[in-house]
Amino acid sequence: MSAGATATGDPTLGPVWKRASWYAVLSALSVLVLFPIYMTIVRALSTPRDYVQRGQPLYPVAVQPDIFGRAWTQGDLGRQMALSAVVTAIIVTAQLTTSILSAYAFSFLQFRGRTAMFYLFMATLMLPLEVTLIPNVDTVQSLGWFNSIQGLTAPFLATAFGTFLIRQGFLGIPRDLRDAAALDGFGHLAFLWRVAIPITRPVVASFGVIAFLSAWNQYLWPRAIVNEAKWNTIQIGLKNVGAANVDEMNIGVAAAIIAALPVLALLIFLQRHLVRGLTAGAVKG
Amino acid sequence: MLADVVSVSVSRVLFEDVTKSFGEVVAVDSLDLEVIDGEFLVLLGPSGCGKTTVLRMVAGLETVTQGTLRIGNRVVNDVEAKDRDVAMVFQSYALYPHMNVRKNIESPLVARHFSVDGGAPRKLTASERSQRITQAAETLGLASLLDRKPAALSGGQRQRVALARAIVSRPAAFLMDEPLSNLDAKLRAETRLELVELHRKLGTTIIYVTHDQVEAMTMADRIAVISDGRLQQVGAAQEVYDRPSNLFVAHFMGSPPMNTFEATVAGGGREGEVTGAAGRVRIDAGPAISLPPVGSRVVVGVRPEHLRSQGHGQQGRQQEGLRARVSAVEWLGYERHVICDVAGRTITLREPAEGQAPNLGEEIYLDVVANHVLLFDPATSERIP
Amino acid sequence: MTKPLAVPVDEDHVRSRRRSIKDTMLGLAFLGPSAVIFTAFFFYPLYRLVWLGLHQQNRTGTRERWVGFSQYADTLTSADFLDGVRISATYVLYTVPLGLVLGVLLAVVADRKLRGIKVFQTIFASTVASSVAVASVIFFVLINPQVGYFGDVSFLSLSDPGSALRGVALSSVWQNLGLTFIIVLAGLQAIPAEINEAATLDGYGPFRRFWRITIPLISPSLMFLVVVLTVFAFQAYAQVDILTGGGPAGATETLVWKIFSDKEPSQYGEGAVMASGLFVITLGVTLAQFRILEKRVHYGA
Repeated sequence: MSAGATATGDPTLGPVWKRASWYAVLSALSVLVLFPIYMTIVRALSTPRDYVQRGQPLYPVAVQPDIFGRAWTQGDLGRQMALSAVVTAIIVTAQLTTSILSAYAFSFLQFRGRTAMFYLFMATLMLPLEVTLIPNVDTVQSLGWFNSIQGLTAPFLATAFGTFLIRQGFLGIPRDLRDAAALDGFGHLAFLWRVAIPITRPVVASFGVIAFLSAWNQYLWPRAIVNEAKWNTIQIGLKNVGAANVDEMNIGVAAAIIAALPVLALLIFLQRHLVRGLTAGAVKG
Repeated sequence: MLADVVSVSVSRVLFEDVTKSFGEVVAVDSLDLEVIDGEFLVLLGPSGCGKTTVLRMVAGLETVTQGTLRIGNRVVNDVEAKDRDVAMVFQSYALYPHMNVRKNIESPLVARHFSVDGGAPRKLTASERSQRITQAAETLGLASLLDRKPAALSGGQRQRVALARAIVSRPAAFLMDEPLSNLDAKLRAETRLELVELHRKLGTTIIYVTHDQVEAMTMADRIAVISDGRLQQVGAAQEVYDRPSNLFVAHFMGSPPMNTFEATVAGGGREGEVTGAAGRVRIDAGPAISLPPVGSRVVVGVRPEHLRSQGHGQQGRQQEGLRARVSAVEWLGYERHVICDVAGRTITLREPAEGQAPNLGEEIYLDVVANHVLLFDPATSERIP
Repeated sequence: MTKPLAVPVDEDHVRSRRRSIKDTMLGLAFLGPSAVIFTAFFFYPLYRLVWLGLHQQNRTGTRERWVGFSQYADTLTSADFLDGVRISATYVLYTVPLGLVLGVLLAVVADRKLRGIKVFQTIFASTVASSVAVASVIFFVLINPQVGYFGDVSFLSLSDPGSALRGVALSSVWQNLGLTFIIVLAGLQAIPAEINEAATLDGYGPFRRFWRITIPLISPSLMFLVVVLTVFAFQAYAQVDILTGGGPAGATETLVWKIFSDKEPSQYGEGAVMASGLFVITLGVTLAQFRILEKRVHYGA
């Protein structure tokens, strides 16, 4: 979503009717994309029964003005959000730290076995959580980490994706700059902190956004190692929407809207980094 | 021992049989070279000849494979870059893009220890640093740019920042790796003069790498010509130009390059003759030199400016010198280059752009200024003394 | 070679060998944290997975016996596993082509110079803000058979075994639309303007230009999306968990669902074998991607 320097359409803006028809197409597609979100907001405002009884209208009926407040208290969203926030903060901080450190080792330190280590690290990219989950649940259980912060975060404190991405950034630092830093007497830590990280800040930021997104949105892992309601993250809390009494179903729907808000804010304020992070995967292949 | 330390000039750089190899590839081969304290020495050679590797070894960015490298009287083979008391200006300038000009200039002062007024090395205080930055910035006319980032500077300004960053640490020697190659022609000529001026002002040793002989000849106290990792010749610009020690230097220095062709010594003594396919050339070898025996094969070298064309366009003139056919004439305003075919070899003649130029295809005769002819041994390529 | 014996050498300066030892120590320190995590939660589980596959546990999970490869043979040919593979593969077919076509459509339409185009681009990208769980709740509102707005559309009905998977798939298509759009748009914007101008000068109309120029040039992005969306589809779990719970009549029991739906300890081995099967499938898709990308590099060079 960077400034659209190129356009597949005509390079000129074209005549008015042509522009108008593009706006029409864009608007129609926007309605298609946004319709589910609109319906979710509408349906959060009142119970399903109200809508069914009135023949499924597209507009809000019998609005319950306090619905988001009720969702917040009844669904214990405060606790769930706080837990998700803590878990996400730990995971993002840890992933940034471990990825930066290992990316640095793979980019600027010479030692035996470096290449082999790199391939081992990258091999973990081929192991989705779904594959290793059964043994990992065993491990976490035997450590007594069910229903705990440690359990929710431990497997995600390091990621090869971040290592790869940040290493690409580090390798883009010109050799002359490293040489200049050597003459300036910067040791590895000083070079990392004063030069490497500031220069690759866009890459680091993009990765941070992606790390946030995947940590906040986690579902399978917390579902597997949490069996007490008070350790439910916000995403797991959403599971109960279908189990609820039909007259309270819209509470779960309202909760889903609240759950999506932090990421929505991220999309709006950090769109540039988010887009770069998401497309970095495509560039990487 | 202490007397030694004091007596030896601090910024001499001495290579003793220095070799650098990267695996199988020998980049620098048994280099013996002394860079004299305070001189402006240019390492000149074609790209890939090893000159940059020589510089990087001095900087401590490459290790020395074999031999001894000294800065001052200290063997620095195992000394880290930051402790060598040298500053480097890179071809790309290597400015930190995220720091402003002030921070860039300051960067060599932050982590290193300096001996102030002969005291024990220590870190500089903030006020000492800012004083040095101000001084360096003023020297290079950067005072008004201190808060800008490199991206907001012109190429010439970036180059100055790189220089300021080098002088701020007051090093024993400056190492410069083609620092002017990213500037446009006009700015390059100006900066050449400024560098010479800076060198005169600071009196610090400069080792300067370039492939551009104009830079070398205009700035250097001495030029060290390097090819294939070997030192070919070292000397003042005039000396290297006038008396190249071998065919490589003869061909590399000068534009257009020296003309060379094979010939046989026809008459001995101080003033002799050689004959080649295209005719005879008289040689005045000078008092100290004797020609090889009659019948020896030699390579004759003549600079384009030491050839004279016999009045072309005239008929029935004497037919002496080298018979040549004009194949092209290049006009440069103040002079012209006449490119001729002499018995299958291309010979270039440089003459003032006066009078009528020879016509294409015309047959002319070239005279050689006898006391400027050089002879080379065809087997070794070395100049015959 | 002269020996530097007579010359003062600063003792505290690090020799290059010492420097390499320093590099090694620092390297190990920097890689250490990641290595610990990877060992504990990636490599050790891989070993455990094989071990579990080769053993069978008793009902309480307190004892196990070696059963060798028979458990692999039995599980991988079992109706349960093959059913999971079939359902997951069908899920891929429902989600990947449709998602890709819609994503390309949105990107092509949104890749033009118009005032306010950024607003539309943000709208089209907006579904990345939704997690799988949120998307599932959104589609619960839309297609739940009892209360959903489209609850009585039989093509998507979650209460009919024949159509339930399509309903679940639709939530995935919508949820992945933002990601697909962002990546295709980036691919389109990377096409140099001169190429489109040259094609226009060559007399290519919009449709021919799209098929002959645009699609080939964004094919790396499309290839990447095919792989990512396929892997996502094979990992589908949350949408099943929230929308159908695997039903009706097991019609939406994807492979991952089958692996994790609450198992007795005696079925751990089976789950492990299925997870290995999932691993092989994911690996195959990823390796295929690398091979195709390699070809692309040769083609492009």
